[in-house]
Amino acid sequence: MTDPTNSAPHHRDFAGPPGTHALLEVEDLRTHFLTGRGAVRAVDGVSFTLERGRTLGIVGESGSGKTVLARSIMGLLPATNVVRKGEVRYEGRRLSGLAPSELRELWGAEISMVFQDPMTSLNPVVRIGRQITETMRFHLAIPDAEARTRAVELLRSVGIPDPARRLREYPHQLSGGMRQRVTIAIALACGPKLLLADEPTTALDVTVQAQILRLLGRQQRERFMAMILVTHDLGVVAGRTDEIVVMYAGRIVERAPTPVLFSDMRMRYTQALFRSIPRVTDPAHRRLQAIGGRPPDLAAPARGCSFAPRCRFARARCHDEAPPLVDAGPGHSYACWYPAEPGEAAAEAS
Amino acid sequence: MTEAVVATVAPAAVAEPVFVERRLGVAFWVSIGWVALVVVAAVLAGVLPLQDPLAIGDNAPRLGPSAAHLLGTDELGRDLLARVIFGSRTSLTVGFASIAFGLAVGGAMGLVAGYYGGRMDAALNGLSTVLLAFPALIFLLTVVTFLGQNLFDVTMTLGVLSVAPIARIIRANTLVYANREFVLAARALGARNRRILVREILPNVLPSALAFSLVAVAVVIVAEGALSFLGLSVRPPTPTWGGMIAEGGQVLAQDPLVALWPSVAMFATVLALNFAGDRLQVYFQVREGGL
Repeated sequence: MTDPTNSAPHHRDFAGPPGTHALLEVEDLRTHFLTGRGAVRAVDGVSFTLERGRTLGIVGESGSGKTVLARSIMGLLPATNVVRKGEVRYEGRRLSGLAPSELRELWGAEISMVFQDPMTSLNPVVRIGRQITETMRFHLAIPDAEARTRAVELLRSVGIPDPARRLREYPHQLSGGMRQRVTIAIALACGPKLLLADEPTTALDVTVQAQILRLLGRQQRERFMAMILVTHDLGVVAGRTDEIVVMYAGRIVERAPTPVLFSDMRMRYTQALFRSIPRVTDPAHRRLQAIGGRPPDLAAPARGCSFAPRCRFARARCHDEAPPLVDAGPGHSYACWYPAEPGEAAAEAS
Repeated sequence: MTEAVVATVAPAAVAEPVFVERRLGVAFWVSIGWVALVVVAAVLAGVLPLQDPLAIGDNAPRLGPSAAHLLGTDELGRDLLARVIFGSRTSLTVGFASIAFGLAVGGAMGLVAGYYGGRMDAALNGLSTVLLAFPALIFLLTVVTFLGQNLFDVTMTLGVLSVAPIARIIRANTLVYANREFVLAARALGARNRRILVREILPNVLPSALAFSLVAVAVVIVAEGALSFLGLSVRPPTPTWGGMIAEGGQVLAQDPLVALWPSVAMFATVLALNFAGDRLQVYFQVREGGL
């Protein structure tokens, strides 16, 4: 993962010219919350690399640690009762080594985030215009008039009709889809190189979801911006990402380039997630194939595979020994003792 | 009339809640009108065609209401209308200025405590608990005894006493917003704490804080009235509502009107402030609830 040139002494982390490092390198990231019941291992040893202009999908069900992972990458975690270990490098700079003021210069300008619920991620009593221009004035230090012109342009580019009028409106005057377009415009305002979208469509109507995802994809391509798309829905990341990481219980259980994952999923959890997507080609009134049981208790990690209690294929070994991530081809790895045969999942589903 | 409009709008409200125009109601505007009238009269008291509220012996004592003296005169022949209007200056100054002070200090304390939490919260909470536990009347008596009975000291004392309750309320309101996603979003965009407090949280907290402070002004006006009734506020002969009620109390049997007029003025003003404050609180709550 880390090539030897990157593991030079500390000062080189800052000195390296851009281009020699991947845009984002996450190495053995762990985020544990200290609670009365002990440490909750929300993110437990996650590593991946994201190159410039590429898109990564992070998939997992609720409670698998996806949102915490996204926030850990940003460094947006509560100040107390959190243990964050491991390394996040942005263009070779160690984010954990940065002072709060240096981080603030990065946030919004270089790395931006789109949140799940546009109903709560916009300030209800501040006009749309100010919410967009504020970031630009802060990071780009441009005059008000120019910030306003740019805001109009941004709103137009995210598909909001009559943008000049919208600038004077408050969030409650906009529909959910429009609001999410506004939050995307805010996130894009300073031209970030990395966009973290944390379930950006979960709170929206199905019809609007597709529009927002298309918008994100178009902006990502036009701006040559890297994007991490966090979702619980394999369908969302299917055609829109270069690579997919499947998370379960705070760990990566399978990782593959998107086409490979769908044609050749190995991990039983990925398979179960895939099966739980309803299909138009299914016969009518067919039962939805849900994954039985509940996500594991992250405060009391299992000795073996964390998915074993819910897995149809689990055997004795699964309950005793945690499977390591093993390679299954170029860029493809999975953690499973008794993986699906290549092509098995796809065959079953069709 | 408003009821009729609301009634016709109500069925549509179920389908399209966004477009229902919420109203503050006639009673709210009557209350605000009364408060505005009292404030304007107090400000313009010097230029209004009023008699000197302090001149003794210009008129006959204890006259009933007449064209020359709309509210009559008191024991010393002073015009009661002039005294009630000049007396409102003390009540209003003390009421609004002390709450302004309380909002500035208590509001800042509450915002900081609610937003930062942790030790800062514990320390500021401790401070406001101490302030709350301090016996208010003894504090007032001490200040008045040692610093004197002037407007500034009385205002500041009541202002200091209002800090802790206001800080508590603002803190509670801040807590509601401190963990909202838009605050996290602002942080993710690189905003520093001071900016989040002033630009993101304050505009959300302010409406309900202002609504609440109208009620607080009413409480302070009553407190000032009680103080001057006890002779602890601004010294006579400067007219104050509480002081006039005390003077009137001595001649209550012979001339109840002397005590009645300042009582009515205070009652109406306090009622109006309370009512307007309550309506505003409900109004802003509805707005927040709808979001």
